[in-house]
Amino acid sequence: MAEWKSICRIDDIPKLGSRVVRSTSGDIAVFRTSSNEVFALRDRCPHKGGPLSQGMVHGNQVTCPLHGWKLHLDSGEAVAPDQGCSRRYPIRVESGTVFLEI
Amino acid sequence: MSKKKLVMVGNGMAGVRTLEELLKIAPDQYEITVFGAEPHPNYNRILLSPVLAGEMTIQDIILNDHQWYADHGITLHLGKKVNRIDRVQRRVIAEDGTEEAYDRLLLATGSNPFMLPIPGNDLPGVISYRDIADTDTMIDAARRYRHAVVIGGGLLGLEAANGLKLRGMDVTVVHLADWLLERQLDQTAGRMLQKSLEERGLKFLLGKQTEMLVAGESGRVAAVRLKDGLQLPADLVVMAIGIRPNIALAESAGIYCNRGIVVNDTMQTYDPKVYAVGECVAHRGIAYGLVAPLFEQGKVAANHLGNYGIGRYTGSVTSTKLKVTGIDLFSAGDFFGGRDTEEIILNDAAGGVYKKLVIQDNKLVGGVLYGDTADGPWYYQLLRDGQDIHEIRDHLLFGQSHVGDVGHQGHSKAAAMADSAEVCGCNGVSKGTIVKAIKENGLFTLDDIKKHTKASSSCGSCAGLCEQILSATIGGAYTPAASNRKPVCGCTDFSHQEVRDAIRQQPLLSIGETMRFLEWTTPDGCDKCRPALNYYLISTWPKQAKDDPRSRLINERAHANIQKDGTYSVVPRMWGGLTTASELRRIADVAEKYQVPTIKVTGGQRIDLLGIRKEDLIGVWKDLDMPSGHAYGKSIRTVKTCVGREHCRFGTQLAMDMGVKLEKMLFDMYSPHKVKLAVSGCPRNCAEAGIKDVGVIGVDSGYELYVGGNGGIKTEVAQFFVKVGSDEEVMEYAGAFLQLYREEGFYLERTCHYLERVGLEHAKNRVVEDADNRKALHGRLLAELQDARDPWAERIAGVEKNEYEVLSV
Repeated sequence: MAEWKSICRIDDIPKLGSRVVRSTSGDIAVFRTSSNEVFALRDRCPHKGGPLSQGMVHGNQVTCPLHGWKLHLDSGEAVAPDQGCSRRYPIRVESGTVFLEI
Repeated sequence: MSKKKLVMVGNGMAGVRTLEELLKIAPDQYEITVFGAEPHPNYNRILLSPVLAGEMTIQDIILNDHQWYADHGITLHLGKKVNRIDRVQRRVIAEDGTEEAYDRLLLATGSNPFMLPIPGNDLPGVISYRDIADTDTMIDAARRYRHAVVIGGGLLGLEAANGLKLRGMDVTVVHLADWLLERQLDQTAGRMLQKSLEERGLKFLLGKQTEMLVAGESGRVAAVRLKDGLQLPADLVVMAIGIRPNIALAESAGIYCNRGIVVNDTMQTYDPKVYAVGECVAHRGIAYGLVAPLFEQGKVAANHLGNYGIGRYTGSVTSTKLKVTGIDLFSAGDFFGGRDTEEIILNDAAGGVYKKLVIQDNKLVGGVLYGDTADGPWYYQLLRDGQDIHEIRDHLLFGQSHVGDVGHQGHSKAAAMADSAEVCGCNGVSKGTIVKAIKENGLFTLDDIKKHTKASSSCGSCAGLCEQILSATIGGAYTPAASNRKPVCGCTDFSHQEVRDAIRQQPLLSIGETMRFLEWTTPDGCDKCRPALNYYLISTWPKQAKDDPRSRLINERAHANIQKDGTYSVVPRMWGGLTTASELRRIADVAEKYQVPTIKVTGGQRIDLLGIRKEDLIGVWKDLDMPSGHAYGKSIRTVKTCVGREHCRFGTQLAMDMGVKLEKMLFDMYSPHKVKLAVSGCPRNCAEAGIKDVGVIGVDSGYELYVGGNGGIKTEVAQFFVKVGSDEEVMEYAGAFLQLYREEGFYLERTCHYLERVGLEHAKNRVVEDADNRKALHGRLLAELQDARDPWAERIAGVEKNEYEVLSV
């Protein structure tokens, strides 16, 4: 049963950066955009399994560090013409604390 | 607020491309309506010839299907010809009475084929060659009739003649000039072309004028009569003698026209609410008929329609390619030459190869290639860049593979490659895949190919080959941007040079400020432009600009190299490739403690520990107690050395000592791309200095310096730079050269590419000839490197701690 868990303060994630959350169901990448939105995706690129947390964040997208696939942070879908999807996790910020539903 | 209305008249390639560009930058600004006289959605007119030749179908050449128009909310009126513009009420009216109001009007009415004003030009069986209907007529005629006459031996005429011949007709081409394609070829190449077309069964009558077309009993055309009395049987006559900009509509509305609809550099007509693009336009007195310039026009028009207001169209140099399968022909620029020009010619009549390059003031101004056109795109690029070619003049005619960076050896003939041949070795993309993507998705640029197929998106060594394939597939539609004008990435139209200039001149001190000033189209840039901007800022304002870790790619952010499984590799620095027993012991201890799966000796004379988890990096660095080897950075990597005079019986100089001194001088140097050096103690050159960015070779009387070598994707031999006497001079010359590269190189440009762009002469003038400038350059380098820090030591001390810590739940 999924539940909301506190993982860190928003300031623990750099703007345009990310952190890795280690969970029993594998690594999850959490991202913070320049407009302070947060997103969470499974830390595996649908292309060849690259760690998305190590990629570069721009707008609402992240570029995988291995072969440059771009993924939409809000949907986990690859940016066309690439096709693929990384699992999305619900995430929210409440008075500066980031909560992840896993 | 309701959207503004944009109406486009004409549904061809130039117009629709303009809409595509507009939708990219301002997707919601307009409610768009399109009128097309033909009953088809936008198709690739350039590929009508392959359709006629039976190599493709109409379906293959549709660029934007009905769904595309629907997806973008565009109202499409097909088969409706607009015959009136009411500029006062701002509306257009079609023949069938359909009316649409506009706030902005875009005219893309294209051109009409020119019909000879001779008796019989309106007989059944007499057509032009312009659209799908003409193509269908020809395909149909080829089924039912025997004799075809094509009037006009230009590009279109020859493509039509070839197609009709392939469909079984007996074809004669009547041409007024003395040789074929007289506007694209000189006489020699024209004759060679004629010969090979004759071998395919086409017949030619050159220097002949048509007097009239004669009707047969059925009323259909039956013969063509020439001025000299000769009469040719003809069941089908195709007139392909030229096109005229279609300006009737604009003229009737009182919009100023001469040869075409007159526009300024923003593609605006004399009516500020009306823009025009494509073949109907006269820009600075020129009406273009090839698609590449029209796309450039479209981009500019879209920019202004989208209220960005920064683009200008300033005219184009065009190139030509004939789309007749099996015939390779290319021409560009001024290939006739004149009084002030020189020519380099290769004429192998038996082998069917002819190449002529026209040179003026050490620059390529034109060229004709026949039989072997593999280097056409390269010559075209040189021509557009206006690059000084005197250094490569001896080899110029033999093509790019004789000069330098062309991609994989032996693969320079894109057209001759089998479909199954691998083009991109990094991503495993075959030629067939690329050609298919180009045709199916209507691709026109190298960037498109990268996006759709991934070819050339990794190491980039096959970019030239991909451009050749693109050029061979779509012919004249392909125009490379001049290389110094290529935009940094999709986030901006500005080139690397323009960005650098703006950062220096304004001055700009942060990435955000630069993006705002240069009106970046994306909020935070992308993984291409952000690292480039970060580099330009720091290299231009070393003391003022602040490094942005979020604009460094992962390796430079983590200070280790990411591997395919997400682990990292660690390469500690071993100055000049020298190490000690105690260092080796520590490396061995680290390897055991962290259970390092692979230990590898690198090509740069050091040791690589592979398979380290990111969260272990700081511990590993701490236990190693050695400085970073920067094996991950756009920075100084190593100085490779041989054992030199210290040990070697042949050694003339202390190579190890010199190497260590250079490596210490350059420690932590950030540069456009990685930088590798080598020092050999004698000309036997065991340190392989001939393939390094800076290679130093000891000789009895001092050192020889070589620059711009590269052992990577395409081996590039370093060029002799200067001979010096002392160790101090080696440091000064090498340092000054690298500082010049740091200040002028584009991001991700290795020294060999930088030198290819600016010329070795330029670097010599600044560093070797000009002593003051050399000392100033070297001084600036040393001043910057005063702040050199060991990134590993900093991180052991707690810098960027977050980067290495994993969160848990």
